[in-house]
Amino acid sequence: MARIIMGIESSCDETGVGLVAAHDDGTVELLADEVASSVEQHARFGGVVPEIASRAHLEAMVPTTRRAFDTAGLSMSDVDAVAVTAGPGLAGALLVGVSAAKAYAAALDVPLYGVNHLAGHIAVDTLQHGPLPAPCLALLVSGGHTQLLRVDDIAGTITEIGSTVDDAAGEAYDKVARLLDLPYPGGPPIDKAARDGDPQAIAFPRGMTGPRDAQFDFSFSGLKTAVARWVEGAQGRGEEVPVADVAASFQEAVADVLTAKAVRAATEAGIGTLVVSGGVAANSRLSALAQERCAEAGIELRIPRPRLCTDNGAMIAALGAHVAAAGHKPSSLDLSANPGLPVDTVLV
Amino acid sequence: MLILALDTATPAVTAGIVRLSGPAAAAAPAAADGTAPGPTASGPVGADVAEPVVEQVAARVTVDPRAHGELLTPHVLDAVADAGITLADVGAVVVGTGPGPYTGLRAGLVTGAALAHSLGVPAYPVCTLDAIAAGPEGAALVVTDARRREVYWATYDAGARTDGPHVGPRDEVPEPAGRLADHEQPTPAGIVRAAAPDVLAGREPGPLTPLYLRRPHAAEPATRKRVTA
Ligand SMILES: [Zn+2]
Repeated sequence: MARIIMGIESSCDETGVGLVAAHDDGTVELLADEVASSVEQHARFGGVVPEIASRAHLEAMVPTTRRAFDTAGLSMSDVDAVAVTAGPGLAGALLVGVSAAKAYAAALDVPLYGVNHLAGHIAVDTLQHGPLPAPCLALLVSGGHTQLLRVDDIAGTITEIGSTVDDAAGEAYDKVARLLDLPYPGGPPIDKAARDGDPQAIAFPRGMTGPRDAQFDFSFSGLKTAVARWVEGAQGRGEEVPVADVAASFQEAVADVLTAKAVRAATEAGIGTLVVSGGVAANSRLSALAQERCAEAGIELRIPRPRLCTDNGAMIAALGAHVAAAGHKPSSLDLSANPGLPVDTVLV
Repeated sequence: MLILALDTATPAVTAGIVRLSGPAAAAAPAAADGTAPGPTASGPVGADVAEPVVEQVAARVTVDPRAHGELLTPHVLDAVADAGITLADVGAVVVGTGPGPYTGLRAGLVTGAALAHSLGVPAYPVCTLDAIAAGPEGAALVVTDARRREVYWATYDAGARTDGPHVGPRDEVPEPAGRLADHEQPTPAGIVRAAAPDVLAGREPGPLTPLYLRRPHAAEPATRKRVTA
């Protein structure tokens, strides 16, 4: 008998509710993945405004849950466990999801699992590509995180190998988009503009790649400043800014560093599988370059489809399914959200 | 009907079980033998049969504005256990919608909404200040903490709100004409009493929308600073 796991996500600006079926053979099947986004309300502020996100989560939580059950054709009494993002994320936003999950778990009298958002980004891949080989390496890239993680057990053992020392990759996209008068969030418009540009046109710096830099950490702040300098230089000379070339060259610098470090980390550790996930994983240049370099190095590359890469409840339900299947003890109903939850804590 | 009452708009985390019955049902036994329906009944009976009967069966309250999210669901389950019932016995949920300055205000609302959704019962919103004022007494002024050196306030006459809710500095609050409820918290009985007419009439509940009274704190970005001089 499959177990039905409900997953709730509210760490940033997406209210997500997912439903999955955990089968006895270890596979996890996606049944529903409903998301309500407040991204448009944040656009004019150029970034996520926590209070606006929290207000939107409260409005969207129950309607999104209703839609998930309608889509799956399930009733609430079919649920065997509730999983929720306990952190990391925005405190006020997390609180809404955690409170809702506790209420659902209490009313349905089922176990509650407060889980790590970052681990959810990796677990979601099992919905598309089946069980994860252990160990595997994960590159998480989004507006909120840029991390290289070693995954020995998705239900419990995740180790950080490297992370950004300043901006997340997605933040750099947002800032460069603003510089080029492209809309927020910056990822999709830069990707689109870059298609008509020359990625070799401008040699932007590759951050944290010097001989004395931490081998697997990232930095995108210097790159962002270099792009700003270059654009201001062109404007100062009265030249028209070649948006496509700037976008393509910037994107090339980001994809180059991310894939080079990920492939090197996998090769050095003798790990044969790389999972690339998070909102920026949908970027066309990042996925193309990852494909190319993984093929050269003989590494299996797994990238979940774009819809699964961005924040959603299905990833939390998938992680909940793995945690429950591993027999871990459920969370207490006095569970609190933890905005700074460390990545090695999969279950709270 | 057994009602689950919740509020997280003040520093208190409040959950309770309240028995609510309509004036007609309460009036019959009271008129027959002249006794009140029970020792803990707090609603007036007999003389004023228009008032619903509100009996607080169990209450769990902890004053800690940082524990709203953590403690609310455990308080609900404890109150249910204290009342000797199960959540399935609850016929409606009533939730205080503020005004309240804490992010925890949303914990109460989303908890109430999710419980009502999964139990298949209605969830009624009440203004938290109304819940504090609830009762047939004469004039009242209710004042609660809004932080940032401000207060929320509203005035009442015989339980009906006559002004507010407002947010502002304390010195803009009018002098109390009658009872002053200064930084009090609502009781489960007060929460249910404030919603009693809607609940007893079986009215379609309004949306569980918090009374924020303030706009979100957010600034549009200024013109971008140049990185080159
Ligand atoms: Zn994320």
